[in-house]
Amino acid sequence: MTTTQQPVAEGLFTWPPSVSEPLRLIGSECTACGLVSFPAASDCVRCASDESKPRLLADRGTLWTYTTQNFRPPSPPYDGPETFEPYSVGYVELPGELLVEARLTEPDPEKLRIGQDMRLTLVPYAVRDDGTEVMTFAFAPVEASAEAEEPAGAEDFAQAEPVEEEAS
Amino acid sequence: MTEAVIIGVGLHPFGRFPGKPAMDMGADAVRLALADAGVTWPRIQGGYVGSFEVANPDAIVGKLGLTGVPLRGVFNGCATAGTAVALAARAIETGEHDLTIAIGLDKHPRGAFAADPSVAGIPSWYGQTGLFLTTHFFGMKINRYMHDHGISHETLARVASKNFRNAAGNEKAWRRTPLTPEEILASPVLNYPLRQYMYCGPDEGAAALVLCRADQAHKYTSTPVRVRSTSLRSRRLGAFEVQSPSFPVGEPVESPTVDAAREAYERAGIGPEDVDVAQLQDTDAGSEIIHMAENGLCKDGEQERLIAEGATEIGGRLPVNTDGGLLGNGEPIGASGLRQIHEIVLQLRGTAGPRQIPGTPRVGYTHLYGAPGVSAVTILST
Repeated sequence: MTTTQQPVAEGLFTWPPSVSEPLRLIGSECTACGLVSFPAASDCVRCASDESKPRLLADRGTLWTYTTQNFRPPSPPYDGPETFEPYSVGYVELPGELLVEARLTEPDPEKLRIGQDMRLTLVPYAVRDDGTEVMTFAFAPVEASAEAEEPAGAEDFAQAEPVEEEAS
Repeated sequence: MTEAVIIGVGLHPFGRFPGKPAMDMGADAVRLALADAGVTWPRIQGGYVGSFEVANPDAIVGKLGLTGVPLRGVFNGCATAGTAVALAARAIETGEHDLTIAIGLDKHPRGAFAADPSVAGIPSWYGQTGLFLTTHFFGMKINRYMHDHGISHETLARVASKNFRNAAGNEKAWRRTPLTPEEILASPVLNYPLRQYMYCGPDEGAAALVLCRADQAHKYTSTPVRVRSTSLRSRRLGAFEVQSPSFPVGEPVESPTVDAAREAYERAGIGPEDVDVAQLQDTDAGSEIIHMAENGLCKDGEQERLIAEGATEIGGRLPVNTDGGLLGNGEPIGASGLRQIHEIVLQLRGTAGPRQIPGTPRVGYTHLYGAPGVSAVTILST
């Protein structure tokens, strides 16, 4: 069955991710003072410059803190499915860049740990009436064992999965 | 500069009042405050009124008297009432008026606050994907704080249990059923590590204060309460704040609470060691714990021992949220901070009934914190 996917917003992350343009969050960097922002912002909240350039953010980081969402958020603005599945959210520190708030793929707080390594991915947080999956960014714990088995350079292929699903 | 003192306080109960508009609750609170001060509405020379849900709260003059009084609407998120009292006091301090009023009123629907994130300058996807919940911030902030400073889940439960127990002795509080720490720890997790009975809820209510020049207070009362200082600060870059899709790396920047507290102590010439009773923003049990340290009332991590020893109980060394706080009273945003001051005034007068702290308290402290990263502190004394 063909599954069509669309991003929740344009300009939030590279879309569609591919081998040549792997999944990354699209931030910005102030051309005057270098402050990194996400989502991309034309105005700098440090030096008040209004000039910035796009910057692709790191796809790896460490979990700074987290919590769970155990009740369905009010709609609007939430437009996820009526049948609610608890999810978790956290801030992931991208070294030298910023701390970004995101959904986490692991819903069990007992399996999350401050300081653990995290990897950027996409999740279908909602499905439209026509079956289109709406994708948003999320961070997944990097399993120590999987990390060891994963050959260098294979990450881009792993992150290209959503496109392959779209094509299948 | 002239000093402002509080000569009258009025509080409409907090809770749910089907069929009663926020404006009527506000008018009731004003009448109580006027009666407490021994003045009539036509003598009020100016005032500030705060609300989140009521678009035009200054329309309350239609219920109190069309005297032409300058009544200004104010809003600063959860710090709204701190703003109302600060400006009412400022009008006296600068000599603009001799007799002013601060009013707060609100009536929120059930459940978590919901809004389009664009009202906070945040893109739509943040709300669509389920990130635009203030409760996330509180869960994440205390989770990190517990990790860094060794605070236990039991301590979270003890704080909530204390506030519900204090509320049980407050006939105007909303949640007056005492709960044991065990019952609180058995309630469902909403946002780990915070559970159902560790969160306050939006509700309804109103409060008002009448203020006058210190040198005229003797005409109205023998127990004026001095407004020693007020401070309001917004977030600085690098601080971890509610509704932030991201924030910069580097050394953590202190919260606006730390900034507001420091400024308020300095202006008052009063230190944290002088505070006899405090009302701290307890949106959740974790917030009360963090705010004890952010307001300078203890060091980070000391809360674990202080709370186990009962230091923040009514009979303890530093009673916190003696009227039940937000956990016991809920949060009608516009009124919440005036409810805190109402309680401090009763405590400093020695008229808090079953909630009265022992001894002769002289200094009271109130603190508000909320979106988008704003904090207000008011220091009061006899």
